[in-house]
Amino acid sequence: MMKKGDDGMSNTVEDLLEMEEDTQKGRFLTFALGKETYGIEIVYVTEIIGIQAITVLPELPEYIKGIINLRGKIIPVMDVRLRFKKEFQEYNDRTCIVVIEINDLSIGLIVDSVSEVLSILDKDIAPPPQLNGQNNKYIKNIGKAGNEVKLLLDCERLLTDNELNDLCEVL
Amino acid sequence: MKEGYRVSEQYTEEPLVDVFVFEISQQIEQLEKLILTNEEESCYSEDSLNGIFRIMHTIKGSSAMMAYNSISSLAHAMEDLFSYLRENKSENVDCEVLSDLILECIDFMKIEVEKIKNGDQLDGECHSLHERISCFLKCLKNGDSVLDISAYKIIIHFEEDCEMENMRAYSLIHNVSRMANEIHYSPENIESGENSIELIRKNGFIINMKTEAKYEEVNEFFYHSDFIKEFTIDQVSDDKEIESLLSIPETADREVSDICRKEEKTSENKEDHSTSMQQNIISVGVGKLDKLMDLMGELVIAEEMVIQNSDLRNLVLDNFPKAARQLRKITAEMQDMVMSIRMVPLSATFHKMHRLVRDMSKKLSKEINLEIIGEETEVDKKIIEYISDPLMHLVRNAVDHGFECPDEREFEGKNRIGTLTLEAKNTGGDVLIIIKDDGKGLNKSKILEKAKISGLLNKPEEEMLDKEIYNLVFLPGFSTKEDVSEFSGRGVGMDVVTKNIEMVGGTISLVSIENEGTTITLKIPLTLAIIDGMNIKVGNSYYTFPTVLVKEFFKARQQDVIADPDNNEMIMVRGRCYPIIRLYEYYGVENAKTNFDEGIIIMLERDEQIICIFVDELLGQQQVVVKVLPEYIRKLKKIKGLTGCTLLGDGNISLILDITGLISD
Repeated sequence: MMKKGDDGMSNTVEDLLEMEEDTQKGRFLTFALGKETYGIEIVYVTEIIGIQAITVLPELPEYIKGIINLRGKIIPVMDVRLRFKKEFQEYNDRTCIVVIEINDLSIGLIVDSVSEVLSILDKDIAPPPQLNGQNNKYIKNIGKAGNEVKLLLDCERLLTDNELNDLCEVL
Repeated sequence: MKEGYRVSEQYTEEPLVDVFVFEISQQIEQLEKLILTNEEESCYSEDSLNGIFRIMHTIKGSSAMMAYNSISSLAHAMEDLFSYLRENKSENVDCEVLSDLILECIDFMKIEVEKIKNGDQLDGECHSLHERISCFLKCLKNGDSVLDISAYKIIIHFEEDCEMENMRAYSLIHNVSRMANEIHYSPENIESGENSIELIRKNGFIINMKTEAKYEEVNEFFYHSDFIKEFTIDQVSDDKEIESLLSIPETADREVSDICRKEEKTSENKEDHSTSMQQNIISVGVGKLDKLMDLMGELVIAEEMVIQNSDLRNLVLDNFPKAARQLRKITAEMQDMVMSIRMVPLSATFHKMHRLVRDMSKKLSKEINLEIIGEETEVDKKIIEYISDPLMHLVRNAVDHGFECPDEREFEGKNRIGTLTLEAKNTGGDVLIIIKDDGKGLNKSKILEKAKISGLLNKPEEEMLDKEIYNLVFLPGFSTKEDVSEFSGRGVGMDVVTKNIEMVGGTISLVSIENEGTTITLKIPLTLAIIDGMNIKVGNSYYTFPTVLVKEFFKARQQDVIADPDNNEMIMVRGRCYPIIRLYEYYGVENAKTNFDEGIIIMLERDEQIICIFVDELLGQQQVVVKVLPEYIRKLKKIKGLTGCTLLGDGNISLILDITGLISD
C-alpha cells in the first residue's frame, strides 16, 4: 500500500508500479475557487454537471444551498466558497457542480469552474503547513504540478465534519 | 433490460449463501415455534417430536453441505437426542429442562447465522452445549433402564401373639410404599376385614411391589420392621407376572396416552394445513421488490410527464384524454398490486415476542401471558424492519417495569398472571399497533421528579397536563429506574423507539392509569412510498401536502385575520378559531405573496388538530412518489415539517410537508 503523506518520500519504483495498476490513484480533478486551485481525488468524483435549478431547503447551514434533481436522483449541493468562508459569487454559466460520492453518500460541490484532471506523483505531495486558519482541516495535502500549487481536499472530512463545524460557528 | 424478453442476468443470480441463510432462518423459526407451543402444553407430542427431528436433520444436512461445522455438529447432537426421544417415548422427560436446552442450542445457531450474514468468521463455542446434550441423553437412558425396575414378591409372617395383624400389615404398607413405585398386597382388605387377620395368620401377608431399590435395601427394611417373625423375598422377573400384578395402573396409563393421541390429532390437522399453504407461496428477494417499487415510482413520474407535458398544453386533443385516462387507470392498478406484494403480515414480528416474554418473565420471576390480536394485519416489508426493534423494546419495558411480581399483584387484588396484549389493526391510511399491559402503570410523581432532576422540565409543574407528563418518558436520557439492569434503565430506549417510529413517518402515544396499566399506541402509515398529494406553490418553491389531510381551502380576506398579543395569527371559520401559518415566513421563502387577498389558505387536519396554511397558489392534485431527503441532509439536521420530497411532472422538486411538525410549533 502506498504511504501517502507521512513524509512525502516514497519508493519511486513501487509507486510507478502501483500507479500503473490503479489508474485512479494519484489523479486529481482540479477546480478554481477565486485565486486558489483545489484538487479532489478523481476516485470520488462520479460526474460533473453545469449549474442547474436548485430547490432551496430551509433551516440548513448557509453553505448547503439545497437539493437538485439529477435524472431522478435527489442530491444535496454545497457551495464550496461558502464552506470555506469565502465571499459568495453569483453563479454564471461557467459554474459547475462536481458530484462526489463517499461511502454511499452523494453530494454536489458548487465550484467557480473546473480545470482539468492532473496526475500528481507522491513525491510532489506534501502535508499542509500548520496554519491557524479553519480551512486547514479540509486540506489533506499540498500538491505541486508544474510550477503551480494545488490544495488537495480531504473529501471525507468535507462530508462528515459537520457537527464540529456547527459548534464552532456557534461559539 | 434491452429489447425482447430475455431476462437480464443481473436479476437472476442469488448467491448460495443467501439462500442458505434464508432457509435456515425459516427452519430455526419453525423449530422455535414448535418448542414454545409444546412447552405450553408441557409435553412433547409424537408429531412434534417427528417435526423437530426432521428440522434438525435438514439443518444438519444443509449446514454440513456449506461446511458450517459448528452448526452441523450441534444439529447432529440434537438430532440424536430427538431420535432417541422419538423411538423410546420416555416417560420421565423433564420438558422444561429439555425446552431450555433446545432453545439455547437454537440461540447458538441464530448467532452463527448472523455471523454468516455479516461475512464474519464462525467461531462459536458450543462444547458446553454438546456436553449438556449428551448428559441429558445419558440421564434419559438411565431413567429408562431403571424402569426395568425390579419387582419383588414378599411373604411376611407376623409373630404369633402380636394381635391385630391387619393393622401391623397396614402400617407396614404405609412405611414400605415410600420406597416402592407400585405396590400390591394380599389380602387387600386389611383396613376393614375381620377375616383378613385370619388370612394373614394362615398364609402370611403377601406384598408385590415394584421398586428402584435394590434387593439388599428391601431386605434391610423388612428385617428391621417390628413384629415380623419371618419373611421371604423373591425377585420377580417374569414379565407376565409383573403385568398381572400391575394390571390396574395400566389403564391409567392408557388414559394418559389417549389424551396425548387426541392432542396429536388436532396438531396434525394444523400441520397439514400449513404444509399445503406453503406450496402456494414463492419467496422473492427483497432486492427485487425494491427495484420493482423504484421502477413503479419512476413509471408514475414518467406518466405525469407525458400527460402533463407542456407541449400539449395549448393543443386541442380529441382522443388523447381518453387514452391518458386508460393509461392512468392501468398504472394505478399496477401500483396497487406492487404495493400489496410488499405487504407482509405482522404475525412473524409478533410471534418473536413470545420468546422474549417467556425468557424475561422466567428471569425476573414474573408470570405473564402474551395475547396477540390482529396478527394478520399487513404492513410494508420495509416498515416491519423499522418497527421490530422498537416493538421489542416496548415489550421489554412492559415486562421489566410495568408488570409487578405475582405476589404484589395478588396483594393488589389482581390476577397473579399479568396480561400483555399486542394488537394490530387497520384504520384507513394507517396501521395501529397497540401494546397494552395491566401492570402498575406510570407513576406521575416519579416522572415529574426525575424530569426535574434531569432538568427536562420546560414548564412549571402545576401547568403540565397528564398527557404531557406521560410524554416526558419519550425524552432522551429519561429513566425512573434506580439501577441499570441487563434489560433496561440506561435511559436510552424510549428515545430510540421514538426516532425509529418517526423515521417511518409514524407517531407514538401513551396512556396510563396508575395501578391499572399502560397502553402504548403506535400509528404507522400504511406505505411509505406513494401518496395522493396536493401541490402548492410559495414564491419559487413547490410544496406538497398529503391529500388525506386537506379539509378545505378558501380565500381569506385580510380583515378576517386576527392576531393575539404574541402576534400569532388566527382566523375564524364557521364559529371556530384556527391558527394560521404563513408558509413563506416559516421557511423563509422569498418572492412570496404576503397579502392574504392574493394567496389562498388551506385547512389541514391530522389527529383532530387543525391548522391553516397560507400559500400563493394551488397547483393541483397528483399521485406523488415519496423520495426521502438525501442522507447527507438527514444526517445533518431534521428539518421541521419536512418528511421527504418528490419530483413534479416538469422536473422540479417539491418538498413534502408533514403537518405534525408544523402543528407542534
